[in-house]
Amino acid sequence: MGEWMTVTDPDLSSESKNICQYTSETKMSPSSLYSQQVLCSSIPLSKNVHSFFSAFCTEENIEQSVSYLDQELTTFGFPSLYEESKGKDTKRELNIVAVLNCMNELLVLQRKNLLAQENVETQNLKLGSDMDHLQNCYAKLKEQLETSRREMIGLQERDRQLQCKNRNLHQLLKNEKDEVQKLQNIIASRATQYNHDMKRKEREYNKLKERLHQLVMNKKDKKIAMEVLNYVGRADGKRGSWRTGKTEASFFLRNEDEMYKILLNDYEYRQKQILMENAELKKVLQQMKKEMISLLSPQKQKPRERADDSTGTVISDAEEDAGELSRESMWDLSCETVREQLTNSIRKQWRILKSHVEKLDNQVSKVHLEGFNDEDVISRQDHEQETEKLELEIQQCKEMIKTQQQLLQQLATACDDDTTSLLRDCYLLEEKERLKEEWSLFREQKKNFEKERRSFTEAAIRLGLERKAFEEERASWLKQQFLNMTTFDHQNSENMKLFSAFSGSSDRDSLTMHSRPRQKKPQNMSNGSPVCTSKLTKSLPASPSTSDFCQTRSCASEHSSVNVLNITPEETKPNQVGRECANQKWSMASRPESQEGCYSGCSLTYTNSHVEKDDLP
Amino acid sequence: MNFSEVFKLSGLLCKFSPDGKYLLRITVWSLCTKSVSYIKYPKACQQGVSFTRDGRYMALAERRDCQDHVSVFVCSDWQLLRHFDTETQDLAGIEWAPNGCVLAVWDTCLEYKVLLYSLDGRLLSAYCAYEWSLGVKSVAWSPSSQFLAIGSYDGKVRILNHVTWKMITEFGHPATISNPKIVVYKEAEKTPRLAPGRLAFPPPRAAAGVASPAETKYEIASVPVSLQTLKPVADRANPKIGIGALAFSPDSYFLATRSDSVPNAVWIWDIQKLRLFVVLEQLSPVRSFQWDPQQPRLAICTGGGKVYLWSPAGCVSVQVPGEGDFQVLSLCWHLNGDSLALLSKDHFCLCFLETEDRVGTAFGRPGDHT
Repeated sequence: MGEWMTVTDPDLSSESKNICQYTSETKMSPSSLYSQQVLCSSIPLSKNVHSFFSAFCTEENIEQSVSYLDQELTTFGFPSLYEESKGKDTKRELNIVAVLNCMNELLVLQRKNLLAQENVETQNLKLGSDMDHLQNCYAKLKEQLETSRREMIGLQERDRQLQCKNRNLHQLLKNEKDEVQKLQNIIASRATQYNHDMKRKEREYNKLKERLHQLVMNKKDKKIAMEVLNYVGRADGKRGSWRTGKTEASFFLRNEDEMYKILLNDYEYRQKQILMENAELKKVLQQMKKEMISLLSPQKQKPRERADDSTGTVISDAEEDAGELSRESMWDLSCETVREQLTNSIRKQWRILKSHVEKLDNQVSKVHLEGFNDEDVISRQDHEQETEKLELEIQQCKEMIKTQQQLLQQLATACDDDTTSLLRDCYLLEEKERLKEEWSLFREQKKNFEKERRSFTEAAIRLGLERKAFEEERASWLKQQFLNMTTFDHQNSENMKLFSAFSGSSDRDSLTMHSRPRQKKPQNMSNGSPVCTSKLTKSLPASPSTSDFCQTRSCASEHSSVNVLNITPEETKPNQVGRECANQKWSMASRPESQEGCYSGCSLTYTNSHVEKDDLP
Repeated sequence: MNFSEVFKLSGLLCKFSPDGKYLLRITVWSLCTKSVSYIKYPKACQQGVSFTRDGRYMALAERRDCQDHVSVFVCSDWQLLRHFDTETQDLAGIEWAPNGCVLAVWDTCLEYKVLLYSLDGRLLSAYCAYEWSLGVKSVAWSPSSQFLAIGSYDGKVRILNHVTWKMITEFGHPATISNPKIVVYKEAEKTPRLAPGRLAFPPPRAAAGVASPAETKYEIASVPVSLQTLKPVADRANPKIGIGALAFSPDSYFLATRSDSVPNAVWIWDIQKLRLFVVLEQLSPVRSFQWDPQQPRLAICTGGGKVYLWSPAGCVSVQVPGEGDFQVLSLCWHLNGDSLALLSKDHFCLCFLETEDRVGTAFGRPGDHT
């Protein structure tokens, strides 16, 4: 293209130069303007087409221009414009097809070149803008670097100053310390000097005192001595001298012995105290250890996951400690090893306990920190709901209490209103109805009880009759036996009487025979009570069976039941407890209604209690 | 002839007194065998002689050739049992423990050093709290011999225990008390109630000379309380700082102290809990105090006309009745704890304490101050 330029029109070259100028000028200008200018630069080409073509090829030099073009095109690699020559000398004719093809090729080339140019120009623009940007960045970074450098210098300066200060202070401190040391040394030296001087003066003083004493003693008056009041004189007027200095060895040894004894006693006493204290403290420590182990072991069993070495050590410690304990209790000495073991084991336990407590603390704090789990949320909601419910309940209760208080107040205050009187009547009516109900209940119960009583009494009567029959049989059998026996002592005649007193009318004989009497003395029993009591004062050599028999007999007796029942327990001395109790029962049951014996007595007590209950309201 | 000090009576009817200014020696007069014995070179220090509680042994501080020694004598026959020298610069005092087995020896106030010797003369332990400042001012054993309280010029009491002879605690005496658990009793004058209405006219002239002593009572001050302090003169000897007086109660439960920089106050410490229990502040400086030998009851005198009693149940101020002005300068309990002797310059007064907490007083004859 460069050659082309030189051959052809200077306008074209100038335009190309303009283009170059434009391109150079538009380095910094926006790319759009640049592209416009490029296009502008390309436009003049189209305007100057005609002039350009007319300049190159005219009607005269067609053959020359064609040959020239052919040369140029062939050098550029295009096919030749001429047709293939058949012979050397004939004129080559222009191949139009080739020309058109060449023209097309050239146009295509031209377009490609233009496109390429555009691309290059756009790329150029981009690169230009990138360059701008980078230069901006570069400038900023340079500034920053400058400022940071300045800062660093400033800080270094400060650091240096502070280090200076620090050094100065250290120096001052050292100086002060040195001064203090110096002063202390001065004081020490002065103290020694002073002591030395003091000692010297003291010696001088002692010497002077001695000399003075010697001098004075020579001229001593005898009256300067102490006035001795109430002089306790000895026979020979002299003072006795004490036995000091000239002592026998035994005295000396005795004193020594006493002194050592005193010392030893004191030491022993103190050692005892200390041993006691030690023992107590050891006990406390062992207790603490046990408690710590017990605290830690159930908790350690649960989290098996955290199978640290600590769990193993705990268990092993426990086993070890158990062995230790037994050993210690056996020894109970303050051996070095035992003491160390105890303290070490306690320290271990304490550490474990501490770590456990710390873990718990961490867990708690984690729970707080981690916020809400679902469970927590629900539980809290539940909690809140419950609290609300409780609050509602509380309010309701309070309202109820208020209303009740109001009502009570209304009741308490004496009003003349009809309403209050009506109210009162209402309450009274209520009470009356209640009372009526209760009365009906009571009456029912009473009826029931009476029925029972009747049935019991009937049963008792039947029993009594049966007993009578039984006893009659027995009596007859015994009669026969006694009749067969030989004579007995008449001393038991009184007993006979007693027993006869107990007996009923028909069975007296049997009784008397039964309890070894002879005489059959039918006595009237109906007035029995004083008689009974008088008879009973005499001792009864009754066998248990006979006493029981007597009891049953008296039970059986109908008309004497009341009087019999009045026998006081005091007069049945030699009797057994059972009999006394029976008597007491009888005294309790003394009522006109009762006509039966002890069995009825039981029912009587029963009815009594019930009757009493009826009387209560 | 100077009778310089009165020494404690031992249980064996002996009385000591230093023998004149010419030759300093101790003369032992036995009143029963009418014989005399001399002990040479005793040390004339604050507390140079100490008897054990049971009167069996006597320890005497001596100084020979600028070296302090301690001699232990058996009181029954005045034999020298032990004689050993101490590592003190200038021994200031010795005191037996109540159990009679340990002797505490302390050095001059220029050096803080407390040495503990066993009965047979062995050094058990030495204690030194700090160097160079003024040291020990007062020392007291607890009646159970468990504790040794050392009061020093830095205003602190340090308590050593008898097992290790190491300090178990130290008590400071600050001028401000802010712990609300501490009860502070302040002595206050009862203002006389004027009759409502007019005052007597002409106003009664105060009796010349004798000011009617105002009644005082104790009030409980609310914390924080600041006590009256005394600023000591820095460049004089024997400054009024430090713990000047220490006393344990007979059951060892309480320790009463007086700090010379807060001279009006008596501090009572609970030894069971090792903390301050009660502070009593008087209107005038406390002269002396002494515990009842039988129970934890403290009697305090301030040089005024009153005696003050404190017990854990409370405290009371009692005016000493009598004509004129009776200034209680010191006091002394009877061994059975029922009566108290109050001593003034030339009178003494016996105070009987009745069981229903009523205090009666009996006046003593004016006589020689014994």
